[in-house]
Amino acid sequence: MRIGEKKEQPVAGIRTETALSFNPNKVKGDFPIFARQVHGKRLVYLDNAATTQKPDSVIKCLEDYYRNYNANVHRGLHALAEEATAAMEASRAKVASYIGGVKAQEIIFTRNATEAINIVAYSWGRKRVKRGDVIVLTEMEHHANLVPWIILARETGAELRYIPITDEGYLNLDSIGKIIAPGTKLVAVTQMSNVLGTINPVKEIVALAHERGAAALVDAAQSIPHMPVDVKELDADFVAFSAHKMLGPTGIGILYGRERLLDAMEPFIYGGEMIREVRYDSATWNELPWKFEAGTPNIAGAIAFAPALDYLTGLGMENVRRHEMELTSYALGRLSQCNSIRVFGPRSVEDRGGAIAFIDKDIHPHDLATILDSQGIAIRAGHHCAQPLMRKLGVTATARASFYIYNTKEDVDTLIEALEAARRFFGHG
Amino acid sequence: MAEALDLLYRDIVMDHFRNPRGRKQLAEPDIRNQGQNPVCGDEISVAIKLDEDIVEDISVECMGCTISVASGSMLAEAIKGKSLGQVKVIASAVKALIKGETPPEMEMGDLEALAGVKNFPVRIKCALLSWTTLIDGIEALESGKPVRLTSTE
Repeated sequence: MRIGEKKEQPVAGIRTETALSFNPNKVKGDFPIFARQVHGKRLVYLDNAATTQKPDSVIKCLEDYYRNYNANVHRGLHALAEEATAAMEASRAKVASYIGGVKAQEIIFTRNATEAINIVAYSWGRKRVKRGDVIVLTEMEHHANLVPWIILARETGAELRYIPITDEGYLNLDSIGKIIAPGTKLVAVTQMSNVLGTINPVKEIVALAHERGAAALVDAAQSIPHMPVDVKELDADFVAFSAHKMLGPTGIGILYGRERLLDAMEPFIYGGEMIREVRYDSATWNELPWKFEAGTPNIAGAIAFAPALDYLTGLGMENVRRHEMELTSYALGRLSQCNSIRVFGPRSVEDRGGAIAFIDKDIHPHDLATILDSQGIAIRAGHHCAQPLMRKLGVTATARASFYIYNTKEDVDTLIEALEAARRFFGHG
Repeated sequence: MAEALDLLYRDIVMDHFRNPRGRKQLAEPDIRNQGQNPVCGDEISVAIKLDEDIVEDISVECMGCTISVASGSMLAEAIKGKSLGQVKVIASAVKALIKGETPPEMEMGDLEALAGVKNFPVRIKCALLSWTTLIDGIEALESGKPVRLTSTE
């Protein structure tokens, strides 16, 4: 399979067990927030690409840590410290196994995907990237996978190149062989666009990057929460994602890095926890992964990421993907019947996730969001931290509805009804 | 909630949104400033032609939501013929109104309609965009410092 060939996008191909599908209404029952109302209406939460809601198990796990074994990790010689350390390291091991069975020391706890990418930009990039080197990105990157490289390029004199997108919202891979030219140092690409929903053929892009001698970073903040992802199979050198977009607490992100590369990198932040030996004039670093985890980490957050992963594993990521494909297909169908609505991104649900950006030709996304909010519907309106992409699409902002495991067809129906009501409200009925 | 929405999108607001006043180019303005609301992507350009201290003509070009466009249109209408000192007084009154504070006693005309924004905290920045951009432009002229892009983040 070579890049640029038409291919079938694997919907799922990693975990092959055929677990039973799940009932999203039953899932909803595990999320306490759905017991509340918003402006007197049932909460229809469609802002999952921004952050997801938390199941009871995650909330209880956070509380359990603070109530029963709150202690600092990795240095206390007492029972609480031992329990906290064991729980945090067990969570790390769970993450490692969840993304395809990588080594636990290859999993760095960060604050979020953004920090994960910055670690690579600083600790790896500042050392490896020199004047005239090429860094390849795509036109659909989130600011988190744009700005760190723009700054690195500015500081080093490296050249940024972009894989363009087609009108339909796919990567245009026609000239990818020229863009990822020999001499390319890094290819950093999102696996799933937070605006277009597009699922990119990252495995093939990573392979080409490696062929050219470049390292490859995958921004998986939108993909890992929504589909089976096997980091080993992708063969990426770095992968970044966030816990809060997959049922976990805020303030916890993950950097996966290939052990050999992480080993060769200098730390990003210096201080306690990450040192082996400190003298008044020198210091040596702790081993992986702690070398990159200076200071007291978000212990509760790291520990409570584990029940989030358990919840998703319990549903089965194949099923999560299938559920979202069904919902997305239903939503795209209904939206296409609204004449005033323009949807961005691929039409085929095999090629996209459940983040749907759209505009109404007569109503600004911000006004739309206000009207929808009054109906208890949470969507996002704005540039979605992808301003260059917005410019490319010829809009200043879009509305975006994004789905997760607790969303139902009724949620989509409520959305469509509210969109129609918004048109009536503004006299376009 | 429906009541609050009606207060936000009053007929006067919708009229200013549909027929924005002051949407034109201004040759050789004395004050020019651009503003943006990075959260929602709204962009605005304000230009003023002065006769001494008096706003002789004004241009407001806004790409944005109902509230930011309507607010900019009301601004264009409200400050024409006013001195820069009066403009500042009006701007601070509007700011107070939008934030739900008590504005100073004065005739506000259409601007009163912006009071509905106070029930929607996330929309306050939309309503303030044109006014902040204008005031930054005036202050830049007065201080002689180059004007920076205004941002209401």
